[in-house]
Amino acid sequence: MLDSLLAYPQALLGPLWPVVWTLVKIMLIVAPLMLCVAYLTLWERKLIGYMQIRKGPNRVTFFGIRWLGGWAQPIADGLKLLVKEVIIPAGSNKILFVLAPVMALGPALAAWAVIPFSPELILSNIDAGLLYLMAMTSLGVYGIIIAGWASNSKYAFLGSLRSAAQIVSYEIAMGFSLVGVLMASQSLNLAEIVKAQQNSAGVFGWFWLPLFPLFITYLISGVAETNRAPFDVAEGESEIVGFHVEYSGMTFAVFSLAEYSAMILISTLTAIMFLGGWLSPFPVSWGVIGTGGFGWLFAKIFFVASLFLWFRATFPRYRYDQIMRLGWKVFIPVTLVWIVVLGAWMQTPLWVWWK
Amino acid sequence: MDANPAVGMVEMMIQSIRKFFNTFLLFELLKGMAVTGRYLFARKITVEYPEEKAPQSPRFRGLHALRRYPNGEERCIACKLCEAVCPALAITIESEQREDGTRRTTRYDIDLTKCIFCGFCEESCPVDSIVETRIYEYHGEKRGDLICTKPMLLAIGDAYEEQIAQDRAADAKYR
Repeated sequence: MLDSLLAYPQALLGPLWPVVWTLVKIMLIVAPLMLCVAYLTLWERKLIGYMQIRKGPNRVTFFGIRWLGGWAQPIADGLKLLVKEVIIPAGSNKILFVLAPVMALGPALAAWAVIPFSPELILSNIDAGLLYLMAMTSLGVYGIIIAGWASNSKYAFLGSLRSAAQIVSYEIAMGFSLVGVLMASQSLNLAEIVKAQQNSAGVFGWFWLPLFPLFITYLISGVAETNRAPFDVAEGESEIVGFHVEYSGMTFAVFSLAEYSAMILISTLTAIMFLGGWLSPFPVSWGVIGTGGFGWLFAKIFFVASLFLWFRATFPRYRYDQIMRLGWKVFIPVTLVWIVVLGAWMQTPLWVWWK
Repeated sequence: MDANPAVGMVEMMIQSIRKFFNTFLLFELLKGMAVTGRYLFARKITVEYPEEKAPQSPRFRGLHALRRYPNGEERCIACKLCEAVCPALAITIESEQREDGTRRTTRYDIDLTKCIFCGFCEESCPVDSIVETRIYEYHGEKRGDLICTKPMLLAIGDAYEEQIAQDRAADAKYR
């Protein structure tokens, strides 16, 4: 069906076809992702509002339909930021100043290329997927450092150094957590990692159980990595200034986009590597809800992303030296110890997570 | 308690081990999340403003009004006590003697952009003429819109006399 539909443009474009078709597929991932980012902001405000016993945004609506109250809020916010003036500071490096938000957003989007949405639905099923992801999530720091430097402001620069140090520190703990996943699944390919979690034990066959300390470490490092509360010293809306003090309008909005898409990305990676990706927690005999698919992956991403928001509603902000202490003195030793324990465990018959 | 020092050591060790596990198992963090998790399902206190409004006290101090006696005579006798007591100097009064020999105001302006709604004018008035009503939904669109002149204040008093009288009556027994 799809093949016959595609035959005509294929013949029309000739050698250009693979390029066009890849671009179409990229758009099919990025466009819904941007929509998810927009509505994640709404869900954040709603969820945090509900946790603070208020209702959150419930006014802005499409075409005056009363029961859709709040649903147009992200669109209105986006439109507002789009129309606002982009102020470029006089002493700034203008090219880098505008390039920095793009550098922050680019890697967060590029990482989606290797995400397996379902057994068949992967843009690029490369074998070194995990390595590619590590590289992409690390590149996000460049945007932040460049933003701080190009602003030509002491506050922005100090803020960018703070965030960069934080991100780099937690990257190590994250990397070690991923080593555990790599050991357990015996593969760097994300689809293979999900398949390695498929067995008769259902929920208990997923890697969150044998890799529990790594799972928790990865989740918390992910929160720190994306500069989210309670590790949001980069932003610190109410107290301190961060790397984006000089940004306004759309350039600022792109930073928010980067933050939220990084958040969704970390949620997705947690879902794929520790919560069984597209696999269903129920036995196959349960019919529709027993079969794995994108729906289950989406549900898991939603759950982990909601956890991020729940953390934000609950915990007070960490002090900067405490952030560094947690990253270097707690997470890295914990992950290292668990990798050794895991290595020993996998040599014994007590290890039951093989296919 | 001069017990065996070794017992104290053991107790301290048990304490620090317990503390270690409490921190490591994120016990306190989970307790915190349970609190916010509970509030997620609590009844929300949001007042959806244009449709719902918060309750008001009869002592509410909103927009000002000048009252009249039931026979239609305006109450204000231009004693200027309110002008004198006003801490924000928001009231301007000019007066003259009328043909029947009584003294009345020719001008009574309240600059609402200066007014701090302290209610002193209302307290100082010997004839209950200047009052603050429950009205709080008003606005000005250009400079000077928020300066209330005598006819405006009288008009507000005429329009809301019933409510104003009720509120004064409700508060009278506490004065």
